[in-house]
Amino acid sequence: MRGEATRIGDGINRVDGRAKVTGQAKYAAEFEAEGLLHGWVVSSGVAKGKIATLDTSAALAVEGVVHVLTHENRPRLAWFDKSYRDEDAPAGSPFRPLYDDAIVYSGQPVALVVATTLEIARHAASLVRVTYKTEEHETDLAARREKARKARPGKGGYEPPPKPRGNADEALAKAAVKVDAAYESPAEHHNPMEMHATTVVHEPDGALTIYDKTQGVTNTQTYVSNVFGLKPDQVRVISPFVGGAFGSGLRPQYQVFLAVMAAQVLKRSVRVTLTRQQMFTFGYRPATWQRVALGATAEGKLEAVVHEAIGETSRFEDYVEVVVNWSGLLYQCDNARYDYKVAELDVYTPLDMRAPGAVLGLYALESAMDELSYALHMDPLALRLANYTERDQNTDKPFSSKELRACYAQGAARFGWEKRLPTPRAMREGNKLVGWGMATGIWEAMQQKAAARAVLSIDGKLVVGSGTSDIGTGTYTAMTQIAASILGLPIADVTFKLGDTTLPPAPLQGGSWTVASVGTAVKAVCEAVREQVFKLAKKMKGSPLAQASLDEVIFAGGEVRLARDPAQAVSIAAAMRAGEAFTLEEETSTLPQLQEQAKYTRATHSAVFVEVKVDEDLGKVEVTRVVSAIAGGRIVSAKTARSQILGAVVWGIGMALEEETLMDHDLGRFMNHNLAEYHVPVNADVRDIEVIFVPEEDEVVNPLGAKGLGEIGIVGVAAAIANAVFHATGKRVRDLPITLDKLL
Amino acid sequence: MSASERTVATEGTTAAPATSHTITLTINGAKKQVEVAPWTTLLDLLRESLHLTGAKKGCDHGQCGACTVLVDGKRVNSCLTLAIVKDGAEVTTIEGLSAGDALHPLQQAFIDHDAFQCGYCTPGQICSAEGLIREKRAKTADDVRELMSGNLCRCGAYSNIVAAIEEVMGACTRERDGRGNGQGRHAVGGGRGEER
Amino acid sequence: MNRFTYARAEQVGDAVSAAMQRRAATFIAGGTNLVDLMKENVARPDHLIDINRLPLQQVEETEDGGLRVGALVTNADLAYHPLVEARYPLLSRAILSGASAQLRNMATTGGNLLQRTRCFYFYDTATPCNKREPGSGCPAITGQNRNHAILGASEHCIATHPSDMCVALAALEAVVRVTGKGGERRVPFAELHRLPGDMPERDTTLEPGDLITAVELPPGRFAEHCTYLKVRDRASYAFALVSVAAAVELAGGTIKEARVALGGVAHKPWRDRTAEALLRGKAASTEAFQEVAEALLQDAQGYRHNGFKMALAKRAIVRALGEAVSGRQAS
Repeated sequence: MRGEATRIGDGINRVDGRAKVTGQAKYAAEFEAEGLLHGWVVSSGVAKGKIATLDTSAALAVEGVVHVLTHENRPRLAWFDKSYRDEDAPAGSPFRPLYDDAIVYSGQPVALVVATTLEIARHAASLVRVTYKTEEHETDLAARREKARKARPGKGGYEPPPKPRGNADEALAKAAVKVDAAYESPAEHHNPMEMHATTVVHEPDGALTIYDKTQGVTNTQTYVSNVFGLKPDQVRVISPFVGGAFGSGLRPQYQVFLAVMAAQVLKRSVRVTLTRQQMFTFGYRPATWQRVALGATAEGKLEAVVHEAIGETSRFEDYVEVVVNWSGLLYQCDNARYDYKVAELDVYTPLDMRAPGAVLGLYALESAMDELSYALHMDPLALRLANYTERDQNTDKPFSSKELRACYAQGAARFGWEKRLPTPRAMREGNKLVGWGMATGIWEAMQQKAAARAVLSIDGKLVVGSGTSDIGTGTYTAMTQIAASILGLPIADVTFKLGDTTLPPAPLQGGSWTVASVGTAVKAVCEAVREQVFKLAKKMKGSPLAQASLDEVIFAGGEVRLARDPAQAVSIAAAMRAGEAFTLEEETSTLPQLQEQAKYTRATHSAVFVEVKVDEDLGKVEVTRVVSAIAGGRIVSAKTARSQILGAVVWGIGMALEEETLMDHDLGRFMNHNLAEYHVPVNADVRDIEVIFVPEEDEVVNPLGAKGLGEIGIVGVAAAIANAVFHATGKRVRDLPITLDKLL
Repeated sequence: MSASERTVATEGTTAAPATSHTITLTINGAKKQVEVAPWTTLLDLLRESLHLTGAKKGCDHGQCGACTVLVDGKRVNSCLTLAIVKDGAEVTTIEGLSAGDALHPLQQAFIDHDAFQCGYCTPGQICSAEGLIREKRAKTADDVRELMSGNLCRCGAYSNIVAAIEEVMGACTRERDGRGNGQGRHAVGGGRGEER
Repeated sequence: MNRFTYARAEQVGDAVSAAMQRRAATFIAGGTNLVDLMKENVARPDHLIDINRLPLQQVEETEDGGLRVGALVTNADLAYHPLVEARYPLLSRAILSGASAQLRNMATTGGNLLQRTRCFYFYDTATPCNKREPGSGCPAITGQNRNHAILGASEHCIATHPSDMCVALAALEAVVRVTGKGGERRVPFAELHRLPGDMPERDTTLEPGDLITAVELPPGRFAEHCTYLKVRDRASYAFALVSVAAAVELAGGTIKEARVALGGVAHKPWRDRTAEALLRGKAASTEAFQEVAEALLQDAQGYRHNGFKMALAKRAIVRALGEAVSGRQAS
């Protein structure tokens, strides 16, 4: 039977959907092992100091407790910092769990109780008694802003702020119209639904099979090998399903370290799952202070952009992210100055969280642009169009493609932007104020080195694999679709495997680069298989394709067909049989075309339009309508692509209105460390969201022309909401989240 | 209901009698006798002892809904349910929602509407939606939003979740009203809890 | 969770005497709050008495035309009970604005009354808390106190009572039936919960061994004119920053009686009969409502992060009374 060929761009159902809706998809804590032990982490209750006493006797006395690991009895570990570094590590000295008696942040793991059951471990952990010699701590960014310093670069992919151009401060001083404002945003935690967990299977030969919640199995493998002095081939990391991550799985977190350490010490299989409270004891989006100053002519032409930011970091690493650079790139302006600093606090190191840096920088910039539009009495969209740039002035390069104008036009049309009344508080519905706001978004389009393997069997089944991840992004589906389209196979005949270090290596799943990177490798490896098939098809006795070249045939329905006369065809199975090839196998590694890419700035863009309704008496804001228009290059898998944007908009709603991890600075401790009090949007918070993908062709970014969608959907949303709130109420809230008390 | 709020910590006590109790549960149609400790939650029983890992642990404190299962036909948070308290009850998890290879209409609708991304909250969402439909309280999309708000989805698939549920609810209503097209959409509005 | 033993009670009397025998015994019904607190090591009972099989599952009419609600009736069953929907829509709405559908399927009437505070510090055993560990201190007073009390707090505790249902029950002047050491007794709702004073570890006036068996509602007089207004940080599944249960009885154009109970502002559902009395005999008007709001909040004291609750509560009161009088509850 000939299945329908799937094309790149079709909106197919998620190929892992069945596994997920039936409960068969297995996540890190759901793999079994013979004699599995369970670890429970004991966390520090103080922010800074030293462990004075650590009494594990009561815990050890509980029947079923096998061991309690602490800094006092841990095995020898790697000495040098570089052994603890991972692919996403910033400059500095990575945190080492149970290394010594020093406490460097509240919530730090201080012991791991290992027992025969989860319940015994949990109970015994409550019996571990720890006392501390505390030292004075500082966790308040506002109090340390003066002490902020230049950040040490060193984090992969981080670009320090560009050199200034023109004289922004002078231009600002002279500008006819200006805005100059500070914007603040709090710490936020990723809070994927699945808590971080690792199941380490101790194999009879001493090798480890590690089921880890991670955004990169290779990253975990390298880290574990280096820290515990193992050869990489003794460490297999598997991660077929990840229950959300959003950045939290970019670095190996302490549960994998502790689970491996326990497995090594006890020569047993061990699982460690963090509690939801412990999900607040590692990376997060850093609290950040920003200043944006814009100067413009009376006609709304930007003359000066100043963007400064200070983000928090730990005492031991310089977490950095690109917050300010976007401001001189998004709009035409000849005078721009940037500053980015970090302030050290007694906290854990922050961590990339969905659209790191950009989501903050664009919140401030796009809020300031909105403020400028009112100062100019100009429509916010018109202001952006007036300053549209076809060139990245930071680098003085053209864009590889930029359909932002189409985003503005289509988004505005769908939203009905032209019906907007310009004055704040002018639009009402019943007793609610209505506000319309918009913002622009931008994110880099990146590609990394990646590898893939493909095996085509004579029965027409294709198996493609790459050690990438699917954290909900739709990787399984997009890759299956790419592979199926190249060999003209029905989706059901193609299997994509990921999340296993025995597969060819792929980069971390982050930065929106998975489709661009892994997709390119998958495309290349499938093309190599296709070429092999074609050669066999040509060689067949009496082949109708004997005279054809590869570009004269199409692969469809399990056949190789002559494009000009599809009736002239050879089935893949027949070609392989004739060639006595039971399987055809290829492995390919692909690299970005660096030289060509370097000539351009490569970015995704978006325009987001938001309607809010505000119950002014009670300060209640509802986001009733969102239109997000995205220029993200070619869309590979329409359904999962749309879901990425929908989800990111929901993240934007959370960021704008709800999310904030509250620190008690006296205790140096995050206090709302649970999902009842750390508010993420619930179903009732989300109404109509419309997603538009504007057509965008790009031959520079990668051979697929896909730019990646994981981050762009959230960038700009918080600003658009804040701008809509201002339009509704006349109140400009410059510190997120816009909780109701700020509108009373 | 605490008899006394002074349930002060008995710190250091390790030797309390760890009695094991035998209870009977009907799980996904099959009657089972299981040994539980008093503190074993239904969620831990399902996941750790019975290896039914479809019910997820997303917070372990009744704040996310990932652990939602049906107990005696009603949706509950299995993480806050002590198994021993449910002795004799019927439990339906995601693994038991569909019979054989055929998917439950909600499962199919979730796939068709791409009502999930990472999939971790999904079993809880679907069990919760099944409970919602049986409760017959949701009439509008806004009702669905409100009554599904006990199930967090950090990937933010909410609008697709609502679309999926509305589709199945619509099919149920049509069937109840005798306007069903009979094409494989079996009634989820009532009665399915007593299957098998 | 600490170790504990478990027994199932079949009779009210047995449950109560079992609870008397052990100082750290606790009843378990729905378990939604207790199991949560046990996992946090905040509640550490040494014995659980399972009362779920006690015959306290009925909702029945009383001779005086009121309603008796068995302590084990779930929140969902109570909210959707036809008599409650018809005669006590205020109660129905309050219950449905709390928690989630799943939790409402589990949580019981009696258990809801005994919910403990959501104060961050109470929940986090790494921090001091006078309610959890008397004498250890109250970091909330200078710390993260956005959710905390503005009325009736003490220097020892500024926690709030988290229930929505209780706010409605306070407004409806329910009576709580309790069986304890001395047999059965009836506790007026206003006397069930207490203010923290210098004993914040005690949420209620109940004694050890006391079992709530039922909640009685006086005949419903407010079905036409009542509202429950809950203000929170997201659209659903969040505790109240401020909530208002407002119920009004009108005679002609004037107010015969008004009830206003506040949630999220104190250690117990907050009522002030003197303030309510200001409305008696008056025509409904925003000015009159404002007067009540001012009176209700006149002794309010804000802390660093919750001062906004004073203005918010006043506005919510005015809004809720307006809705109650008009008989239109906004969604």
